[in-house]
Amino acid sequence: MTLTAPTPPRSFQEIILRLQSYWAAQGCAILQPYDMEVGAGTFHPATTLRSLGTKPWAAAYVQPSRRPTDGRYGENPNRLQHYYQYQVIIKPSPPDLQDLYLGSLRAIGLDPALHDIRFVEDDWESPTLGAWGLGWEIWCDGMEVSQFTYFQQVGGHDCRPVSGELTYGLERLAMYVLGIDHVMTMPFNDPQSPIALTYGDIFRQTEEEYSRHNFDGADTAQLLRHFEDAEAECQRLLDFAPEDPKSGKRIIMAHPAYDQTIKASHLFNLLDARGVISVTERQAYIGRVRALAKKCADAFRLTEAGKDAEVAA
Amino acid sequence: MPDLLIELFSEEIPARMQAKARDDLRKLVTDGLVEAGLTYASAGAFSTPRRLTLTLDGLTGESRPVREERKGPRADAPAAALDGFLRSTGLSLDQLERREDKKGGVTLFAVLQKPGRPAAEIVAEVLETTIRTFPWPKSMRWGNGSLRWVRPLHSILCLLVDEAGASVVPLTIDGITAGNTTAGHRFLSPARFPVTSFDDYAVKLKRAHVVLDSAEREAAIWQGATNLAFAAGLELVPDPALLAEVAGLVEWPVPLMGRIGADFLHLPPEVLQTSMREHQKFFSGRNPRNGRIEGFVTVANTETADHGATILKGNQKVLSARLSDARFFWENDLRVAKAGMGEWLDGLKAVTFHNKLGSQADRIARIAALARHIAPLVGADADVAHKAASIAKADLRSAMVGEFPELQGLMGMYYAREAGLPEAVAKAARDHYSPLGPTDTVPADPVSVAVALADKIDTLTGFWAIDEKPTGSKDPFALRRAALGVIRLILSNALRLDLRALRQVADNAFAASVKSADANDESLLSFFHDRLKVFLKDQGLRHDLIDACLAMPGNDDLTLLVHRAQALAAFLKTEDGPNLLAGFKRANAILTQAEAKDGVEYSYGADLKFAETDIERALFAALDLAQTTITPGLQTEDFAAAMSAMATLRTPIDAFLDATQINSDNPILRRNRLNLLHRIRAICSGVADLTKVEG
Repeated sequence: MTLTAPTPPRSFQEIILRLQSYWAAQGCAILQPYDMEVGAGTFHPATTLRSLGTKPWAAAYVQPSRRPTDGRYGENPNRLQHYYQYQVIIKPSPPDLQDLYLGSLRAIGLDPALHDIRFVEDDWESPTLGAWGLGWEIWCDGMEVSQFTYFQQVGGHDCRPVSGELTYGLERLAMYVLGIDHVMTMPFNDPQSPIALTYGDIFRQTEEEYSRHNFDGADTAQLLRHFEDAEAECQRLLDFAPEDPKSGKRIIMAHPAYDQTIKASHLFNLLDARGVISVTERQAYIGRVRALAKKCADAFRLTEAGKDAEVAA
Repeated sequence: MPDLLIELFSEEIPARMQAKARDDLRKLVTDGLVEAGLTYASAGAFSTPRRLTLTLDGLTGESRPVREERKGPRADAPAAALDGFLRSTGLSLDQLERREDKKGGVTLFAVLQKPGRPAAEIVAEVLETTIRTFPWPKSMRWGNGSLRWVRPLHSILCLLVDEAGASVVPLTIDGITAGNTTAGHRFLSPARFPVTSFDDYAVKLKRAHVVLDSAEREAAIWQGATNLAFAAGLELVPDPALLAEVAGLVEWPVPLMGRIGADFLHLPPEVLQTSMREHQKFFSGRNPRNGRIEGFVTVANTETADHGATILKGNQKVLSARLSDARFFWENDLRVAKAGMGEWLDGLKAVTFHNKLGSQADRIARIAALARHIAPLVGADADVAHKAASIAKADLRSAMVGEFPELQGLMGMYYAREAGLPEAVAKAARDHYSPLGPTDTVPADPVSVAVALADKIDTLTGFWAIDEKPTGSKDPFALRRAALGVIRLILSNALRLDLRALRQVADNAFAASVKSADANDESLLSFFHDRLKVFLKDQGLRHDLIDACLAMPGNDDLTLLVHRAQALAAFLKTEDGPNLLAGFKRANAILTQAEAKDGVEYSYGADLKFAETDIERALFAALDLAQTTITPGLQTEDFAAAMSAMATLRTPIDAFLDATQINSDNPILRRNRLNLLHRIRAICSGVADLTKVEG
């Protein structure tokens, strides 16, 4: 596989499109973003739940991600409360995953013959998902452009086989590739388009609105209630007997319950941004979300998609 | 005598783990080989980000045959015992040797002959065990496999090389079969190639853009970086830890030099250095004329057609973004600092130090009061010490320390200056955490000393009160370090402090619900004494000498304690020392025995008029004379003088004990002599409890 150096991309969306076609060419199912508010692409059930069990899996997708505490009213050159991650998850992790990853950098115009690409230790842990893995952050000329993780455990379950996960912080990566200093000035579509749009044309106003919302607007009493509701609902859905009287099938509602986990996690992030969670309470909230994630993982492992294939020992 | 070459080739090994990993590889493999009966002449271990390598010279070609003899049961033992022995030896009855024992019975012996085994077989076993049990701090699985390694293991090179050539040691672990090939640099020379010996391996690796030896990479980085800095009129700031780390991140180091933007040069040099080191792993270049950090060196892992121009440009851009953040923090912090830091101090009310010991603000108030109390004892102005303690931790709320916790204290100094506070206050903010270990600098400025002591004594007293003492290897609040800090502050400044009283004062500052049930209990003082023993032991002062001095009054005055112990140690190094000690012990033994027997203490004072001999009278005279020096010596803590006066007693004591029967038949003489021994004991115990001294 020798790729001739492609022409440099000209816009944010072109980088996304190139990643999509690159990973499609490597055989990944190109999924769409999950339709809920999440803190990172890892929360997408295509990663969390599908990294469990023995069934092979390969998916790639863009995931809009929200980190309420990172809002800067659109003023900071590279901090946003809403941003995009590009996520690749392959189970079992292929032996040439590092090379596949480097191929994706070539595809978006970062040629390792011209740049300094480094794999720097970075162990990943998600206390809210009860998950951890080992890997690296990948540096390109001193800039962190991706995270590379071999999942060891998710939702308290050992990952067997191990999934390889790649996460690209798209704005930061694109700003580097395109040579942009402030995210809001980055061309979103082709700057030669009849209607050229920058990142700021699309997101400056929403960053302002959500920054105000996250820091001051959100009703904390209501958020707390919603958190409790999501927690209770998650448990309630998991308490159903697997046999569905209507269809006569065995249906465990692992995904709907997991949606409530995602919801609880985001509500916790909002409460955190509103500054109403003390240091000691913080750990307790994280523990509650983790308990939900574990229960959902337990439930998913009993489903068709999550169970171990029957193989002779 | 073959040579052995092993390379374990993997995805990138964390830099911080490489040094230990190469030592572990050498130890595990050589121990395993030796245990299996092989010997070798020399071993070398190497690491790069992608490989661990071991080379052994002069390995024996096969293990020595071993003859092992095992004693079994007697020939007439029950069948079960006999069967058990046969099973464990794998022999049949007729293969056992029968030997007569002394009692005329017959005992069975098994003689097992283990033939020598070829090196290849042993190497394969040892290497497999090594890989499967390798002590990585953290390891992982990958793909479908169950093998654990620090990151996915891709290939194993394992060669035995002798005159006939190189042969691969047959070995397969979890689907990885050992071979004779390796790969070069990930980007510059990715192809795999075969090797025939360690020399061939090292040479071909270098051709394939891999410098195998981390020491060679470190030297190349340092040399290259120094040259670049010199050419730019700068000097490189030494940073051995960073150098070791960077050498673990590259196989083909290429240093590149850049300049820091003019907009950032006004930032404190420590901020620039920390930001560059922590985030970017850059070396700092200092302008020798003004001490400012003006340049950086980054170390790339590759050569490019544009000689690193793109790489440098990228790094420069990342650095600018980082330093923009730092500048933003600095400027915001300056605003709060110039206004007197009140915003931060208010903020610390909301920060919990420990749920039982209150907020950081509560803690600061206690430390400030304690610093005021300590100030006059250490020669500091009480108001200045109080002020210094009140603001010393304000920087914990600053944006800069939030981003770089390791700059705590140092930023406090800069911000205290901006707040217009006296230099002694600013320095105390910087230095009050010190000393942090057994060797770093101890503050000497009185205000810093007062705050540093107050900080640590408050911490120790507080955690003692809530019974959170260190146990075994667990010391989550770093109380051992705090105690050592107090010890070093006291000793290095020769402070005369009453630690019992200071603990009382510190304890009183806590709420009634928190205070120690008994702030007089000696456990905290014992903790100090234990730390002191460890500290002094490292400095070569014997543990028993400290015990001898701990028994003396004023043992919470550590300066006095150490002063005593040092005088005692010096005395015991003189010729008279051990002899006097022996004489003392002799006298004491006789006295102690008599006292135990008679149930009295012979402390009535001996009377010269009952002295029988000249030798006895000479001892009286010698004691009288020595006491004229010893008493004032002890009073002025001139222990050396007191002990050299004691040394003059050695001859008269020895003479007395040799010539005199203490337990005389005459009860009056006996009592008088015992009282005389008591006087010897009392005089010799003026500096230390000599009964605790060994030898």
